[in-house]
Amino acid sequence: MSSHLKLRDARKEFPGVVALNDVNFEVRHNEIVGLVGENGAGKSTLLKILSGVYQLDKGEFLLSGDVINLKSTRDAFDHGIGMVFQEQSLLLNMNISENMFLGREDMFVHGGILNKKAMFQATEAELEKVELNLSPKLLCSELTFAQRQLVEIAKALSLEKSHGGSVVVLLDEPTSVLEKSEIDLLFREIRKLRERVSFIFVSHRLDEVLEVSDRIYIMRNGEVVGEMKAADATLSSLHKLMVGRELHHEYYREARQREPGKQVIFEANKIGKNGMFRNVSFSLHEGEILGIAGVIGSGREELARCLAGLEILDDGEILVENQALALSEPRNAVKKGIGYIPRDRKVEGVVNSFSVAENITMASIQKICSWGFIKKAFEEGIAESSIKQLGIKTPGVHTRVGSLSGGNQQKVVLAKWRYAGARIMILDHPTRGIDVGAKEDVYELVRDMAEEGLSIILLADTLEELIGLSNRILVMKDGNTTKEFDASTGSKPEQVDLIPYMV
Amino acid sequence: MESSESAKKSQGIKPNKFKEHLRKWAPVIVLIGLCTIFAMVNKRFIDPWNMARLLSSAAIPLVLTMGATYIILMGSIDLSVEGILALTGVTASLLVANDFTDNQWGYWAIPVAIAIGGLLGFCNGYLHVKLKTPSFMTTLGIGFACIGIATLFLSGVTVRISDSGFRAIYLKRLLGLPVAVWIAFAAVAFAYFFQQRTRIGRWIYAIGGDEETAEHAGIPIGRTRIFAFTMAGFFCGLGGVLAAAQLGQGHALMGSGRLFLTITAVVLGGTALSGGTGSVLNTVVGVLIVVVVNNGMILLGMPSFVQQGVQGLLIIIAVALALDRSRVAIMK
Repeated sequence: MSSHLKLRDARKEFPGVVALNDVNFEVRHNEIVGLVGENGAGKSTLLKILSGVYQLDKGEFLLSGDVINLKSTRDAFDHGIGMVFQEQSLLLNMNISENMFLGREDMFVHGGILNKKAMFQATEAELEKVELNLSPKLLCSELTFAQRQLVEIAKALSLEKSHGGSVVVLLDEPTSVLEKSEIDLLFREIRKLRERVSFIFVSHRLDEVLEVSDRIYIMRNGEVVGEMKAADATLSSLHKLMVGRELHHEYYREARQREPGKQVIFEANKIGKNGMFRNVSFSLHEGEILGIAGVIGSGREELARCLAGLEILDDGEILVENQALALSEPRNAVKKGIGYIPRDRKVEGVVNSFSVAENITMASIQKICSWGFIKKAFEEGIAESSIKQLGIKTPGVHTRVGSLSGGNQQKVVLAKWRYAGARIMILDHPTRGIDVGAKEDVYELVRDMAEEGLSIILLADTLEELIGLSNRILVMKDGNTTKEFDASTGSKPEQVDLIPYMV
Repeated sequence: MESSESAKKSQGIKPNKFKEHLRKWAPVIVLIGLCTIFAMVNKRFIDPWNMARLLSSAAIPLVLTMGATYIILMGSIDLSVEGILALTGVTASLLVANDFTDNQWGYWAIPVAIAIGGLLGFCNGYLHVKLKTPSFMTTLGIGFACIGIATLFLSGVTVRISDSGFRAIYLKRLLGLPVAVWIAFAAVAFAYFFQQRTRIGRWIYAIGGDEETAEHAGIPIGRTRIFAFTMAGFFCGLGGVLAAAQLGQGHALMGSGRLFLTITAVVLGGTALSGGTGSVLNTVVGVLIVVVVNNGMILLGMPSFVQQGVQGLLIIIAVALALDRSRVAIMK
């Protein structure tokens, strides 16, 4: 089989992180290549390079033997590389056929006028490829999530029309929201289409990757650490390469893990949110770290947001120190001492244009006010002591938070809640997108907080991190809690113990 | 981002089809309801003469709102309506037979005024895109500049139009309706066709839906924006011509009150200020609502300041009803 798409010594750096470190990667014609790795291993960056979102800092990108330099996703599309993004990219306000040929309407234009009928027919033909029996006139907002996924795949396949046999389709976690029957359909289609199209298949479900791929690349820390034929690979061999090392106890400061106190600080009683999760109950003790495990779509993300008061529960009740809590808006949660550290700092965690000091006092502004006026000197003092305590690397208290590194921004968020006197912290992927050194700082902080008696609900970036940090682990799947694991020092479960309850 | 993913997922669940339909058809229901009420209160409301008057007062708003709909569909806003209308209206009045200049351009004044409108609209779009200034600020500036120039042309006085052919646009009737009304109908038909059957019409929706996705799909965002603003300028230019013909005169403040009415009508019709959803047909309904409310209040003998107050309330109510609150946390 000849080479279809190839990366040679590909390198991509972001401030403070090497996302791709001299990666060699190849897709041959009519091949399905699996790509696995933990979060942060570099899979997404690789895909974004291949689809033209990012450009290489160094190295070569070859398509059918020619060196190419993609400037945009559109450019990639025009080269016959179609991407089905993990975050879907359909315009919900437009119909299926409009989305299918968005930006490529010219093939249906005659004399400046769009031939809608031809466009509908072409759309129908593409939908047939994925066995989706829907009217092309249907608005995308009316489709189910799975249907949208299939439309996106059909959109990528529509490249066949203009590119004949040389189409590569990148599938980023295409199965994470699909039902079993839909997954089977997808795999059947992929195998059938392989006669004409090459695929790159990314999934965190290793069994699926094994099932559908011809060859598999394993990535870790921005490098390709293994490449093997799917026939030669097993679940455990993939997993070992992905994780790379045995669980490193010291990394997660396990020695500092304390026994939780007796007092129940926080209690969830059969809480639920329509269509997201249901009947979830747990209690959280003083100084305890409760990890919540689950894949995308398990409902854990929504659970965390509900607990933080960002979204409203439909069922059940929440008790904070035995008092029922109306979690209808964040202010209420803040007053009750619930702090939330969001995954997307830029959106919900820090105000970039505010200084370090202003961010730290943001959730507790009344503490630094007298007669409605902010006591500036007092605020600075608080900020200075926080900076010292948490080791925030900043030129000063008046520096804009937006100019700090991700890890330091995260510390500012932590400082904010510490100063606000939060007793319950909800950490939603606190180490996402920050480098290894900063991660270790965050782990230290988590242990510090637990030691001070704060109770923590943790959604971690990797299972390893979750197991390493937590006292107890709640596993979720499809909106239900499926299992609870004890994770005291010395008796931590293995990742393989958790996975059956997650997928 | 998984959070946006879950947000999208929740949008995929449509528990209440009826509510959706209600939201979609609300403007039409409101229009019919208003007409019914006014007709019951005052018989004169439904006589043909009043209907013709109603359409006649809808003509200019219809023309202005066609362009404004495109702009709002993109999630932008055009505040230069009054300025462009005034400048093109004054230009037209100065080119046809009038008491200020010796010009006798007759109907040739019309394409010139419309072209000037297009040029001003192009300036709006070009500055907005190239300087990356927010559309509301750019168009506000251009609008004020236009009023300034119009004042300069006339040194503050009012110019009277004596060209009877030009005035016939509003005074002459075809099948019982002023020519201007037929022109407005043609403008609506053109705008609708353009919206439905051209690439740029599509792209306007795509930009309003999600600009980033649109860009990924290879849509020339900047050019589309400039084009839409230029179109809006053309429509304002046409509006200026019609206004000059209606008033029989031109002065720098001839656009006063038009902007608010334009935006109110677009929003009342159901085009979301956040962009992406709506249509010029919605806007036609919106314009009719505004015109019917005004007409009805006149028939009921309400003073004009009350009418203004009612208009103000209308737009807030319309926005409040149209907004799907499950999707936005806080509006800026």
